[in-house]
Amino acid sequence: MTQAVTTKAGAPKQGAPKEKLASRTAAMIVMGVSTLYFLVPIWWLFISSTKSREQFGSTGALWFADFNLFKNIADLVAYNDGVYLKWMLNSILYAGSGALLGTLFAAMCGYALAKYRFPGRELIFNVVLGGVLVPATALALPLFLIFSQFNATNTFWSVFLPSIVSPFGVYLARIFASASVPDELLEAARLDGASEVRTFFAVSRRLMTPALVTIFLFQFVAIWNNFFLPLIMLRDQALFPVTLGLYQWNSQVNQIPEIRTFVIIGAFLSIIPLIIAFLSLQRFWRGGLGAGSVK
Amino acid sequence: MTAESVAVARAKPRRSTVKHKGSIAFFIVPFAALFAAFYLLPIGWAIYQSLLVVERDGTFGKPVEVFGGLTQYLLVFQNQEFWASVGRVLLFGAVQVPVMLGAALVLALLLDSPLVKGKKFFRLAFFVPYAVPGVIAAIMWGYLYSPNLSPFSALTSEFDFLSPTTVLWSIANVVTWVYVGYNMLIIYSALLALPQEIFEAARLDGANQWQIAWSIKIPLVAPAITLTAIFSIIGTLQLLAEPQVFRSFTSSVSSTFTPNLAVYATSAVPNVSLAAAMSVVLALATFALSFAFLKFTQRKADS
Repeated sequence: MTQAVTTKAGAPKQGAPKEKLASRTAAMIVMGVSTLYFLVPIWWLFISSTKSREQFGSTGALWFADFNLFKNIADLVAYNDGVYLKWMLNSILYAGSGALLGTLFAAMCGYALAKYRFPGRELIFNVVLGGVLVPATALALPLFLIFSQFNATNTFWSVFLPSIVSPFGVYLARIFASASVPDELLEAARLDGASEVRTFFAVSRRLMTPALVTIFLFQFVAIWNNFFLPLIMLRDQALFPVTLGLYQWNSQVNQIPEIRTFVIIGAFLSIIPLIIAFLSLQRFWRGGLGAGSVK
Repeated sequence: MTAESVAVARAKPRRSTVKHKGSIAFFIVPFAALFAAFYLLPIGWAIYQSLLVVERDGTFGKPVEVFGGLTQYLLVFQNQEFWASVGRVLLFGAVQVPVMLGAALVLALLLDSPLVKGKKFFRLAFFVPYAVPGVIAAIMWGYLYSPNLSPFSALTSEFDFLSPTTVLWSIANVVTWVYVGYNMLIIYSALLALPQEIFEAARLDGANQWQIAWSIKIPLVAPAITLTAIFSIIGTLQLLAEPQVFRSFTSSVSSTFTPNLAVYATSAVPNVSLAAAMSVVLALATFALSFAFLKFTQRKADS
C-alpha cells in the first residue's frame, strides 16, 4: 500500500523515502489534530444530549453516563406545548420552500442572462453582482421599516419573502449555464418545435443539476442560519425559526435553570437535518462548489 | 467559450430584433421583481430614512419626522461607540481572516497532496461545522468556555475565555471553527480542477511536494482564495449572531460590541433614522473594503 502510493507519487530522487516518511507523519498529525478540533465540540454536544440534568455537570463531559437521550427528547418536545417542534417545522418551511423557490428563480434568471442576448443584459447582471456584495444583514433594518408600513412585521411572509432572493445564485447559475448548456442543443430543441420555457424545464434544467443543487443547499443554509432578520421581524414565538428560539431559551437560562438541558438537546437536534442534507447530496454540490471560484 | 463566440457570430445579422422576448421576460421577471422589492427598495429606503430627523413642538408636542439632510450622518461620525465597534471588527478581521484562510489553505493543500490517506473522511470531518448555524455554534462554545460546565474545566477555570480582553478572540475561534472547512472545500475544489500535467513536469524536474505547493499550486488557486477572502471580509463586518449569543454568557460583550449590534441597539431605542444611517455607512464600508481588496489583488496579479 505504502509502496503503491510512493510509486504513484513517483519520487525520482534517491534518499526521498526518509523525507517522505517524515512529511507524511507530519501531515497526518496535522490532519488528526484538526479532526479533533472540528469534531470534539460536536461529540460533546451529543454526549451532553444523552445525559440527565443531574449528570450533566457531575459526570465526565466527554463520555456517556446513563443513556437518557430519548427521555430528554420526549421532555424537550413536550415542553411549552411542543414549541420546539413548531420551531423546527418553521425552520424547515422557511429554509426548504425558500431555497426551492429561490433556486428556481435564480436559475431562470441566470439561464436567461447566459443564453439570450437582449438589451440591458449586462446592466442586470452587474446590478445583481453588486447585490452579492451587499450584506444581507444591512438590509434587515430597512426591510423591517418597509414591512411595518404595511403592518406586515411579525408575520411568516416578513421572513420568508426576503429570503428567496439569492444574487449569488444568479451569478452561479449564469456561469454554469454558459458552461454546461450548449447553444446547439437549444437550436435543436427549437427546430423540434419546443418552446423556450419548455426547453428550459425539460432539457437545460437537467444539465444544470449540479449547480442547482449547490445553489439550493447554500441558500438553504443561509436561510436556516439567518438570525438578524427573524430577530428584528418576529415577536410571536410561534413564528420563530429554531435558531431564534434556541437563542431566546439560552438567554433565559439564568432565570429558568431547567431550560439548559433543552437548549443543549435542541441545539444537537437542530444540526442533524443540515448534516444529513449535506451528506446525502454531496456528490452534487462538490462539483458545483468549484464552479463559482474558477472564473 | 467557443460555443459562446459562435453564438455571437450567428446572432449578429439579426441583431436589431430581440428574439424570444416573452420567454426572456418569463425567466427574468420573478427574480427581478423580488430583487427590486427586497434588495433595491430597502437600500433606497435606508437612505431615505437616514435623511430624516424627528422634531417636536415644545417638550410635549407630537414628534414629526422632517427632512434633516446629513444630520444623522454627522451623528454617526460623532458616535464613539459605533466607531469603537468598527475598530473592533477590523482588528478581529485583520487577525481572524488570515488565520482562518491560512488554515483552510494548508488543509486543502494537505488533502490535495499524496501525503494524506483517508481524504474522504477528513474532507467531511472538517466540513461538518459548517452545518452548525452561527447561533448554535456560539451557544455550544459558550458552554465549552464556561469555567465550571466545560469538559475542559481544568483549562477554563484557570484561564478566563470570556473576559473583556479575551472574549473577542473567543468569538474569533467560534467563527474560525465554523468556516475553515467551508473555505478549505472551495480552495480544494479549485486545486482539483488544476491540470495534473503541470505537477508531473515539476516532479520530473525534482521538485518536492512543498515546492510544488508553494510555487505552483498556491499561485494557481489565488482566485479561489480571493473569493473566500472577500466573503470573509463581508462576514466579519457583519458579525452579529455570535456576539449577541455571548451576551448571555458574559457581560464582557456590550450592546454595541459590533457595528450590527450597534444598529440593533440604536433601532431598539428607538432611533431608526440614526440606525438607518449606521446601516448605510456600514454597507458602504463593506462594499468599499471588498471592492478595494478585489482591485488590490487584481493589480498584484497583473504586475
